[in-house]
Amino acid sequence: MIGSLESKVPSGVIDQKWKSHRDHSRLVNPNNRRKFDVIVVGSGLAGGSAAATLGELGYRVKCFCYQDSPRRAHSIAAQGGINAAKNYQNDGDSIYRLFYDTIKGGDFRSREANVYRLAEVSNLIIDQCVEQGVPFAREYGGLLANRSFGGAQVSRTFYARGQTGQQLLLGCYQALCRQMTAGTVQMYPQTEMLDLVLVNGHAKGIITRCLRTGKIERFAGDAVVLATGGYGNVFYLSTNARGCNVTATYRAYKRGALFANPCFTQIHPTCIPQSGDYQSKLTLMSESLRNDGRVWVPKRKEDCPKSPNEISESDRDYYLERKYPSFGNLAPRDISSRAAKEVCDEGRGVGPGGRGVYLDFSDAIKRLGEDVISERYGNLFEIYHKITGEDAYHVPMRIYPAVHYTMGGLWVDYNLMSNIPGLHVIGEANFSDHGANRLGASALMQGLADGYFVLPYTLPNYLAGQMGKRPSTEASEFAQAESEVRARVTKLLSVNGNRSLDSIHRELGFLLWNQCGMARNAAGLKDALSKIPKLREEFWRNVKVPGTNEDFNQSLERAGRIADFLEFAELMCLDALERDESCGGHFREEHQTPDGEALRDDERFAAVFAWEFQGANGTVNRPKLHREPLHFETVHLTQRSYK
Amino acid sequence: MNFKLKIWRQQNRETRGKFVDYEATDISPAASILEMLDIVNERLALKGEEPIAFDSDCREGICGTCSLTINGEAHGPDHPGAACELYMRQFRDGEKITIQPFRARSFPIIKDLVVDRSGLDRIVQAGGFVSARAGSAPEANSIPVPKHDSDVAMEAAACIGCGACAAACPNASAMLFTAAKVSHLAFLPQGHPERTSRVLKMVNAMDAEGFGNCTNTYECEAVCPAEISASFIAKLNREYTRAVLLSRAGE
Repeated sequence: MIGSLESKVPSGVIDQKWKSHRDHSRLVNPNNRRKFDVIVVGSGLAGGSAAATLGELGYRVKCFCYQDSPRRAHSIAAQGGINAAKNYQNDGDSIYRLFYDTIKGGDFRSREANVYRLAEVSNLIIDQCVEQGVPFAREYGGLLANRSFGGAQVSRTFYARGQTGQQLLLGCYQALCRQMTAGTVQMYPQTEMLDLVLVNGHAKGIITRCLRTGKIERFAGDAVVLATGGYGNVFYLSTNARGCNVTATYRAYKRGALFANPCFTQIHPTCIPQSGDYQSKLTLMSESLRNDGRVWVPKRKEDCPKSPNEISESDRDYYLERKYPSFGNLAPRDISSRAAKEVCDEGRGVGPGGRGVYLDFSDAIKRLGEDVISERYGNLFEIYHKITGEDAYHVPMRIYPAVHYTMGGLWVDYNLMSNIPGLHVIGEANFSDHGANRLGASALMQGLADGYFVLPYTLPNYLAGQMGKRPSTEASEFAQAESEVRARVTKLLSVNGNRSLDSIHRELGFLLWNQCGMARNAAGLKDALSKIPKLREEFWRNVKVPGTNEDFNQSLERAGRIADFLEFAELMCLDALERDESCGGHFREEHQTPDGEALRDDERFAAVFAWEFQGANGTVNRPKLHREPLHFETVHLTQRSYK
Repeated sequence: MNFKLKIWRQQNRETRGKFVDYEATDISPAASILEMLDIVNERLALKGEEPIAFDSDCREGICGTCSLTINGEAHGPDHPGAACELYMRQFRDGEKITIQPFRARSFPIIKDLVVDRSGLDRIVQAGGFVSARAGSAPEANSIPVPKHDSDVAMEAAACIGCGACAAACPNASAMLFTAAKVSHLAFLPQGHPERTSRVLKMVNAMDAEGFGNCTNTYECEAVCPAEISASFIAKLNREYTRAVLLSRAGE
């Protein structure tokens, strides 16, 4: 049973849709706003900005996060920047161009109207953040500076050293703090959502577990907003924080929310290569480094073990510049990642295990001086030095792709509402704006667009008809959901087997990285689909979760998240198998052009794949596929070329 | 590599804690100290013992979640950097490593190495923001900000909110934390309308949370993973004095 897959995109020409939608959206009058309780799960850029803005408007907001403070959400780790179509550089940028670059970067698998709206509100975000005191980089005249980023030929990225995500999140956190002081937002840190509660088919509450005490609680609201980020940690190793997980969105999926394009994951080209099995995460080096760094590997395999400074210019293969002369080192992420994999597969990779390529700054240092490079990327060079013990001012960095972002997420309409009435999904947790590949500096833009400037306008379309319909937490639906959550916790603690959580999660991650990573094929995906249920069965038979529920129990937290990853992984592989084309980050080896680029099949796959959970009593059956056809009224579908 | 660990274990705030010895064997020098603890924990869990609770999240030095005092120093010996950026190659093989939580009156222990730092959030809630409603901001380039001011603001704004400053301070003072936020906003024109009330409210909140005062020991600056300069404390003192004078004069 699902609602319709109607996108609710307004009619009219593309640059009038959002205006006309706002003009005709419903409103909630200021005196009534305080009668609505809005539950926001997640306090990163999307959740934090939504909670602060809804609080500012007068709604009563309850905001939940698993971290000990909303200031620590993983948005904080974004380094490079945030895009906006300000055209401060006078280099030909416009809202249309930002829109077009984003659609094209996503390989024509996102919804036009949503992306256009994103580009439209991008400028407001910069205004808002500057006013909050975000210290964006400036030029000597005191005006804002920009840098260029992958997938664009204009310079439209605003940045705060290599800590743009941190500064934007702190701006948003401070706005949230202001509302907490004003009493409109109540914050619940160290509290994890474990289930969504539906009453009469509407999302009206959540069940949570307090991570400090283990207390399981019910919260009712007039609407629920999920801003719980992406699921990159399904791969075990990713650039995500340790705590990032799929639990909130997956459990909403199990309650009937459609999960869209789960196989669209982004492998970021510039991460520090893995050095051993003990490793708990991978660290990203901002893509902005590719502005001044040149990517290369030795032309000959025999040169790989040599020190890079001993390899002469003529023996180096600057493969991105060679293959993509017009974008060069700034080719989009999916293309750059695959190119790195390709040269390593040829045996020309460098560093331990041969899984690495050089990112070399020597030309830029010669041209601009070490000071300028240090000013632009100093903290990134420091991070690199800490982790590897190497000095990138004198020896080229070694980089390799790593899982970084997930474009897939819960399906939402133009109002950012899922197919479950009342359940809204924003930021990385939804699927809507990045298609099959996200461009650099667009995640921060989307998170803040959704929270500051979209949801506050679209949420009233739902709330206006919901006055007085908030159920009591005594309703039987809450009791039922709570008892299911308790049963699951008890079950996790009672397995008492012989395998550690990490060993199972690592095994899952390894399987996915090989079969559902940078390159995928039908045989590999079928292999993964046959192995995942066995691993899941192994988990529930043989995992060891120490401790009790009524305690600060980090093992139990992780166990619940890994259990969800073990189910979600299957959905991801199924989606990858079903999408029998290549597009963006989803590269099916069966579908490539003669020169190895992704080959789309617009005839059959210019559509969103939205999956409906099928299963009961703890079993997972094959989910049902719904398709939302993508209509391109403004742009022409073309073979994506960055040559 | 092998290490002898001495780790603080404490069930909760009400019970007494104690040091417990552990062996960490066969650890890669390229592992971070948190990854070393992961390995110890994985082995403990399989033996049926309770793993050591410790906080971490981003594991790349920016979220400010990790909070370990290692061999007596907040975040350990490799400054500047958070504990998650401390790699085992910094230690000698066979070395004895003592790990405790961040110790400060205002950071009560939750369990083992995990402390409650919500006091820092409450200092920001008191006034560490600009009251800027979404939708009402002027065009971003309408107010030029001298690059120098913007750069200094950024240096202060880089604080990751970990609380190492208070943990390292003999007075358990959160002056560096508070100074960073006050300075960040005081250096920008957008922060000016609330400049006077902000500093008064934040300093009051800092005192109310039980954080101590600054006596210029500079331990905070020495351990700060974000390299926040103690000169911002001087800025805080100037801002505070200015605000007190202005408010006494009724301005």
